[in-house]
Amino acid sequence: MNIYDFLIMRHELVLVISALSLLIIDLALKPESKRHIIPIAVVLFALNAIIGYLPTPAGILFGGMYQSTPLVIMMKNVLNTGVLIILLQSYGWLTKEENKEKIAEFFILMFTTLIGMYFMLSAGDFLMFYLGLETASIPLAALAAYQHHRTKSAEAGIKFILSSAFSSGILLFGLSFIYGTTGSIMFSDVVFNISDAPLQVLAIIFFISGMAFKISLVPFHLWTADVYEGAPTNITSYFSVISKGAASFMLMLILFKVFSPVIHVWQDILYALSVATMVVGNLFALRQKNMKRFLAFSSIAQAGFILLGIMVGSQLGMTSVIYFILVYIFSNLGAFGVVSVIENRTGKLSMDDYNGLYHTNPKLTLLMMLAVFSLAGIPPVAGFFGKFFLFTAAASAGLYWLVFIAVLNATISLYYYLLVVKAMFINKNETPIEPFKSDMVTRAGLLLSAAGIFILGFWSQVYEWINNLSVGIF
Amino acid sequence: MPMNAYSYTLLILLIPLFSFLLIGLTGHKYKPIISGLIGTAGLLIVAVLSYMTAIKYFWTDHVEGTAYTSFKAFETTWLHLTDNLTINLGVLLDPISVMMLVVVSTVSLMVHIYSLGYMKGEKGFARFFAFLSLFSFSMLGLVLATNIFQMYIFWELVGVSSFLLIGFYYDKPSAVSASKKAFIVTRFADLGFLIGILMLSFTTQTFDFQTLVSSDGPALTHTGGAVFMGLSAMTWALTFIFIGGAGKSAMFPLHIWLPDAMEGPTPVSALIHAATMVVAGVYLVARLFPIYSIVAPDALTIVAWVGGLSSLFAAIIACTQNDIKRVLAYSTMSQIGYMMLALGVSGYGGHDGLGFMAGNFHLFTHAMFKALLFLGAGAIIHSVHSNDMREMGNLRKYLPITHITFLIGCITIAGIPPLSGFFSKDEILVAALHHNIYLFAIEFLVAGLTAFYMFRLYFNVFWGKERHYHHTPHESPLVMTIPLMVLAFGAIFAGFLPFSELVTSDGLPFEAHINYAVAVPSVLIALVGITVAFLMYRRTSAAPDKVASALGGFYRGAYHKFYIDEVYLFVTHKIIFRYISQPVAWFDRHIVDGTMNLIGNTIEKSSYLIKGFQSGKVQQYGYVFISGTILLVIIFVYLW
Repeated sequence: MNIYDFLIMRHELVLVISALSLLIIDLALKPESKRHIIPIAVVLFALNAIIGYLPTPAGILFGGMYQSTPLVIMMKNVLNTGVLIILLQSYGWLTKEENKEKIAEFFILMFTTLIGMYFMLSAGDFLMFYLGLETASIPLAALAAYQHHRTKSAEAGIKFILSSAFSSGILLFGLSFIYGTTGSIMFSDVVFNISDAPLQVLAIIFFISGMAFKISLVPFHLWTADVYEGAPTNITSYFSVISKGAASFMLMLILFKVFSPVIHVWQDILYALSVATMVVGNLFALRQKNMKRFLAFSSIAQAGFILLGIMVGSQLGMTSVIYFILVYIFSNLGAFGVVSVIENRTGKLSMDDYNGLYHTNPKLTLLMMLAVFSLAGIPPVAGFFGKFFLFTAAASAGLYWLVFIAVLNATISLYYYLLVVKAMFINKNETPIEPFKSDMVTRAGLLLSAAGIFILGFWSQVYEWINNLSVGIF
Repeated sequence: MPMNAYSYTLLILLIPLFSFLLIGLTGHKYKPIISGLIGTAGLLIVAVLSYMTAIKYFWTDHVEGTAYTSFKAFETTWLHLTDNLTINLGVLLDPISVMMLVVVSTVSLMVHIYSLGYMKGEKGFARFFAFLSLFSFSMLGLVLATNIFQMYIFWELVGVSSFLLIGFYYDKPSAVSASKKAFIVTRFADLGFLIGILMLSFTTQTFDFQTLVSSDGPALTHTGGAVFMGLSAMTWALTFIFIGGAGKSAMFPLHIWLPDAMEGPTPVSALIHAATMVVAGVYLVARLFPIYSIVAPDALTIVAWVGGLSSLFAAIIACTQNDIKRVLAYSTMSQIGYMMLALGVSGYGGHDGLGFMAGNFHLFTHAMFKALLFLGAGAIIHSVHSNDMREMGNLRKYLPITHITFLIGCITIAGIPPLSGFFSKDEILVAALHHNIYLFAIEFLVAGLTAFYMFRLYFNVFWGKERHYHHTPHESPLVMTIPLMVLAFGAIFAGFLPFSELVTSDGLPFEAHINYAVAVPSVLIALVGITVAFLMYRRTSAAPDKVASALGGFYRGAYHKFYIDEVYLFVTHKIIFRYISQPVAWFDRHIVDGTMNLIGNTIEKSSYLIKGFQSGKVQQYGYVFISGTILLVIIFVYLW
């Protein structure tokens, strides 16, 4: 193994180096100058994001345990973009007095979970996959409990780690069946020995259940609302886009790569989960008054749409899933970004507090409107295309009923997304949120998400770029 | 025909977009009236360009005796999906799009001018003109779309701008809920449209209209394919697409948003809910007409019956409404039903395509006279500050210009020759008669009803008893009456256009004659409707003028005058109103609206029913988790 081989895993290496150097810098800094860690960390991460785009050869390391393909690199780059926006949007919140002591922890924990996700995405066998998954989960629990002096945040952390342990147990159970029936944990071996024998179907169900927890599919979603609500808002956005995105990518990769011979089995399972997720997520979202819980349930419903593309198993399906997640990252971060700056400034989180926001903070309102229109899938913003391609993929596989249910759900979701728009533009408020200006960095984060929502809708090269790297079942 | 000779048509799209952006971004910096003038000037240019295009397309560049071709004046690739599936943006010119160009730009220009007066002093004057420009841009984009996907995008944009315009008086709760209702109901229908597009594009592998309707294209040569519940994939696709069109065009039972949408400012009703957006569904069916006609005649039958029944249903309800805008709203729904029916009964090519021609013809004339009626209604409301016709009467002496133009509108819609409504309605009736006698009977009846309710409105407002007004009603300023006169001119003379030589199903001209066997009875039934309305509603007049006394003398001389009146009152009030119109109106309000509300409420309620799952207890979460897994195992390992 020479030095160039290390370049294959540059995403992970750069992040490990960043996390470690932050740890050391944090030790060296005096308490009053700790906030300087923010620019350092953001610059380090931005470098990582840029390095991700440099061309490097794909390759296999550690006897096949680690694989890097152009597809996986693209997925990592997509996630990088999202994390960068989150870091920018967190600036205002991190500089608050209460977080002064532990700024570095925020970055170190976040980088560590990301390292876990990257290893997971590059896994070539189930061991690496599982290690990556856990490396991603445990720091996430710590992040959810970041404001541990607040009961809700601490509760979110403990709820997440308990449920997560539970889901990992089921997942491991399934993986042990796979090892038991095929005699291998290498993806490339398992694929030749998988069939629809009951024990293996059982294993696939356990595996899907474990992943469904991460993507928060119904009925494995119950932790979502509590954790999303309790965790600090910027962490919630991380949960809702990055964690969910990475898990969706991974579910898709393993289903396509390893379980492709039994597509008829998991297609039906995903069909059922997808319908349940869209319907239940929408029904809950309808009556949420707390913005974070509202977005939590709306993001559950969105996860149901992702399955539409996955279950198709084709290249078109894969492209549409990745494109949808990219769009979803920008849209959801736009919405969460607005919620987080308002929460930081005023502590207000209820939808009623947003009444009349247009008259005091028109720019935030416009971004919020753009974001929810994109989430609702109204053309010509990007969210429409995201959903459209998913529907196209499902329709191409002849799943017309599913498309019908999905479009119906998209229409129902329009109703509650419009509630937010109505609150901001139309409802009257005696005590509206005062006009305020955020700091430059946070604004840059918000602007980036707005730009993403627009540009992705109008710039088809992104779709082509994804399409060129997608492969479908291989 | 050189293609680049028409590339300036791109400006027709860009100018309203530009004025929208200009007013939207800088409108607060200068006086409101400047915004209005910018919007109006933009539309004036658009209208001039549209007329130029129409003259060039239909006459100057057209070689006598050849078919009108369809061609793209401009096109660019927007999304490149696969090598044979791309999404383009462009400008498509063919007889129907050029005709719609004229309709949209004329009505939009008139509404712009009219609004300068009508909206004067309103809060948000600039915002209003920004939205009007946005709407015009979206509607023109819809009309000129080269492919069904572009049409869908603009279709949604039209929905958004209509949402913004209906909810313009956002401090009025009823306006806000109406705008939401309109948006959600039409979106609900659009889900049909979207599914239809997906099915159509997957069967044919193209979005492009020209490819879709070309005689050797994938859609028309498509045979066999998947059959679902006895109908082919193409029939399903086109039925779904029609659902989208039915939503926008307020066809039963998706019409429930249209009467409520009257909460918007009246010029908006004239533009969107009379002449342009609501006919988008008709335009959509006309655009895909060759496919409907050749590949999916079953879907076309559905179009015909939905149109026919909607027109009857709406006409009956219109007889019972007292809000003048609601009468016009139901009347619009009824007239669009006519157009849908015309398309539905049409065949393809030559004289068989009479229905196609008639539907488009009626779309054209209806746009003129219905916009006229709405703008007239706006002038009435403007002067008496009420929508309720029971609070009006004898207005003809205060509003002479409005009175005359409104009367022209009423005569036109009633189908009295030689005004334009007569010609287009007559062709529809002829086409219906050739196709299906029941549909003909329905439309024949509707013709009578239409004359009745329009003249009921007319006599109630302009004749009848003098009311006690808060201040003396006054005629509107010139800026509002000029559009009325222009549209009245259009309503009178539009019928003389040789439509059967211009807009036909296959582009070739054919000879259309007036069929006297149809025309005479239809004029007679319209006259009956007018007479009934006259006898019932004019009589309350406190100051009958010459015409009235002359006609009054006619039945003063009749020996059984009192007796005849009683019969009229008995038949109309006691029987028709109580046993037909009222129940239908009740059905509309309670059953149709109620069902939609029930769906909404059920969704809302079920959301409360399942909240028990979200208890906040982790042990319960684990329980649900494991139950879910076990359930999947039971289903997929044991039962599947």
